[in-house]
Amino acid sequence: MRMNQRTLSAAVFAVVLMMTVTACKKKVPAPPPPPPPAAEVLPPPPAAPAARITNFAVEPRSIQQGQSATLTWSVANATNIAINNGIGSVAADGTRQVFPTATTTYTLTASAAGGNDTRSVTVEVTTPPPPPPPPPARPKITGAEEFTTLFNGDGGDALFDYDKSDIRDDARQALTSDAAKLKQIFADDPTFTVVLEGHCDERGSAEYNLGLGDRRATSAKDFLVQLGVPAEKVRTISYGKDRPVCTDATEACYQRNRRAHLAPAQ
Amino acid sequence: MNITSIARNLSPLALLLAAAASLPGQGQNDIVGKISSAERPAIAVADMRGTGDAQRHMDTFNSTLWDELSNAGILKMVAKTFYPLEVPQRPQDFKPPTVPANARRGTPPVRNGPWLTDWSGPPVNANYLAFGYTAVQDNRLVLFGWLFNTGQQDVTTAQVIGKLYFGSLDADGAKKVAREFAADILQQFGAKSLAGTKIYFVSDRSGAKEIWSMDYDGSHQQRLTQYNSTSSMPTVSPDGKLFAFTTYAGGNPQIRVHSAETGRRMPFYNPVSSVVETPEFTPDGKQMLFATALGGWVQICISGIDGSNFRRISNVRAIEVSPKVNPKTGSDMLFISGRGGRQQLWHMNLDGTDMQQFTTGEGDVANPAWSPSGQQIAFAWTRGYEPGNFNIFVMDVASRKPVQLTQGTGRNENPWWAPDGVHLVFTSKRGKSTQIYTMLSDGSNVQQLTTQGNNIQPVWANGVN
Repeated sequence: MRMNQRTLSAAVFAVVLMMTVTACKKKVPAPPPPPPPAAEVLPPPPAAPAARITNFAVEPRSIQQGQSATLTWSVANATNIAINNGIGSVAADGTRQVFPTATTTYTLTASAAGGNDTRSVTVEVTTPPPPPPPPPARPKITGAEEFTTLFNGDGGDALFDYDKSDIRDDARQALTSDAAKLKQIFADDPTFTVVLEGHCDERGSAEYNLGLGDRRATSAKDFLVQLGVPAEKVRTISYGKDRPVCTDATEACYQRNRRAHLAPAQ
Repeated sequence: MNITSIARNLSPLALLLAAAASLPGQGQNDIVGKISSAERPAIAVADMRGTGDAQRHMDTFNSTLWDELSNAGILKMVAKTFYPLEVPQRPQDFKPPTVPANARRGTPPVRNGPWLTDWSGPPVNANYLAFGYTAVQDNRLVLFGWLFNTGQQDVTTAQVIGKLYFGSLDADGAKKVAREFAADILQQFGAKSLAGTKIYFVSDRSGAKEIWSMDYDGSHQQRLTQYNSTSSMPTVSPDGKLFAFTTYAGGNPQIRVHSAETGRRMPFYNPVSSVVETPEFTPDGKQMLFATALGGWVQICISGIDGSNFRRISNVRAIEVSPKVNPKTGSDMLFISGRGGRQQLWHMNLDGTDMQQFTTGEGDVANPAWSPSGQQIAFAWTRGYEPGNFNIFVMDVASRKPVQLTQGTGRNENPWWAPDGVHLVFTSKRGKSTQIYTMLSDGSNVQQLTTQGNNIQPVWANGVN
C-alpha cells in the first residue's frame, strides 16, 4: 500500500514537470481579430400553405348490409390526415374498404399550419329484404320406407329344399336382387339395418328347426355379403317353424315357409 | 275318450276279444305298445253307495276312485260288468258258506250271502276287492273304505285296508276321499303318488305362446308368463323351484329363468345369438345346458344357472339340440344331432367322450327324455312314416331296442316321463289342434289333459314342497 502511494506521487511529479517544460516554449504574438461579417438580409419565410382536400369520395354510395364500400381520398399540404369512425390516421392519398352496418358519415380531416380542411361522405346502408323462406324440407325417406317400396311388401324371400340350407338357383337370383336393393337403401339411410330371418316348414321338430332356420339365414347372409352387402348391417335370427306364412299341409305351403326372409330391423 | 271309459261301455264279448288281442279299431288303433298287464294284480272296485245326503256325490266318488286306480297303471282293473249282483258294503256283509253237518261228500256248500270266492273266481278273477260306503257325520262326508285280499279263506285275514276318510259334503270332498283311499290302495302295490307333481307346458290359448302349468290330472291350469311374444321349451329344475324357457320377448331369442314359487325373474346372461334354445338343468341343479349358434351351427353348451362360465360341449359342423342329462349319473347325456345326416338320437358323456348313435339313422328323431331311473328313454321318431309324422318310442338303454307306443298319422311328440316312472306325458295332433295327453309307458290308458288352444312341450316336474 505504501509502495502504491509512492508510485502515485512520482507520476504526479512527472506530469507537473512536463507541463513546466512545455510552458517554457518560445512565445509568438497573437493575430488581430477578424472583422465582423457583413450583415446578411434573409428573405422573409413564405406563408405556410393551408391543407386542401382535393378528393374524398365513396363508391358505391349506397350498399346493402353486409356489403362493402370503398373510400377514396386525396389530400394536399396536410400535416395530419385522419378519418373518423375508427379508421384513424391515413396517408395523403389512399383507399380504404369499409363495412358499415348502418348508414355512416365518414369525415376526412386534413390539418396543416396554414389551415384545415374537412370533407364528409356518407355511405347509405340499406337493410336487404329478408331472404325467401327456406323451401319446405323434402320429406326424408327412411330406410324402412324405402325398404317397403323397393321390396314391394315382401321380404325378397330365398327358398330352400326340405332339411337343406343350400342356396338354390332361384334363391341365388332372389338374393342377387335383394343385395342390389339393400346396398341402395344402406347408401340412402346409413342408420338402416335389416334382419335376415330363417324359417322352416312345420314338419321338423321345433328344436331342430330353430337350428335349420339359423343355417338358412346364415347361408343367405353369406351370399349377400359376397355381393358386397356390409355384414354388420345384416342381423340373422331363426324363428324355426314359429312364424309360418301359411299353415296348409301341402308341399306348396311347405315351400313358401322354407325361406330366408328380409325385414327392417326394429 | 280313454281306454277305461271305452272298456266300460263295451259288451263283455267285445271286451274279451279286446283283452285277448288288444284289437285295433276301437278308436285307439294308434296304440301298439307292449302288453305288460299280465303280471299286474287284478282289482275289482265295487260301486259304493252313500246314506242320506252322501249319496248325491257318489257318482263323482266312484268315477274318481276308478280313474285314480286305473291311471296309476300298476293294477289290472276288472270291468264292473263282471261283478256279482250281491256287493258287500262292509266286512260283516260277508257270510261264509256252510257245509251241512250231515252232507255227503261232494255236496256243494250252502251259500249264505256275499263271499270272497264271488270275486276271486270266474268271471271276475280279481285278486283284490275295494268296497265300502259313505255317510254324513257332523255335516261331513265320511268314507268307510276297505281293501280285501280275495284269495284268503277267512274274512279276518282278508282285510288289507280298513280305514275312515273325511271330506266336505260336496263334490270336492267326494274327490278328496276317493283320492286318499286310492292313494292308500296304490301304496300297497308300491306306486309312487303323482299328487303334488306339476306339468309345465306351452299354450297359445291367450293369443301368444306362454308358459303354463297344471296338476298331473289336468286340473288347475294356470298361465305363468305374460311376455306376449313367443315363449317355449320350458324346463324345470330338479327341486322344482326354478323353471326356464326360451323367449323372443327381448327381440333376439333368450333363455329366461323364473322362480316357480314367486314367479320372479332370475338373472341369466345370454349370448347374443340368432338361436338360444332347449334349456335343461343338470340333475344337481347347478348348471344349465342349452343350444346356441356357434360358428354358424347350433351347438350344445353348458353354463352356470345364471349363464356364467359359458362353454361349448359339442364342436361339429352339424345342428345339435335338446341336451338331456341322465338324472341318475349326471355325467352322460342324450341329444339330437345331424352329424350323421338326418337328425338322430345320440348319447355321449358330458366331457364329450363315448359318442354313440342310439337310433338307426332312419327318419328324424326329436325330444329325448330320460325315465327317472335313467334306464329307459322316450323320444319322438318318424321312422316308417313321412317327414313330420312323429310317433312316441321308448327304448331300454341297455338293449337299445325301440318300442313304438303310438302309431298314426297325427303328430305325436314331446314325450316326458312322470316322476313315478310309469306315466308319460306327450302331445298329439289328433284333430285341428295339438293337445297334451298322458299314457302309461306301455302306450295304454291314454288321457287327454288339455282342450283350449294348442298345447305343446309338456314337462312333468316334481312339485315344490
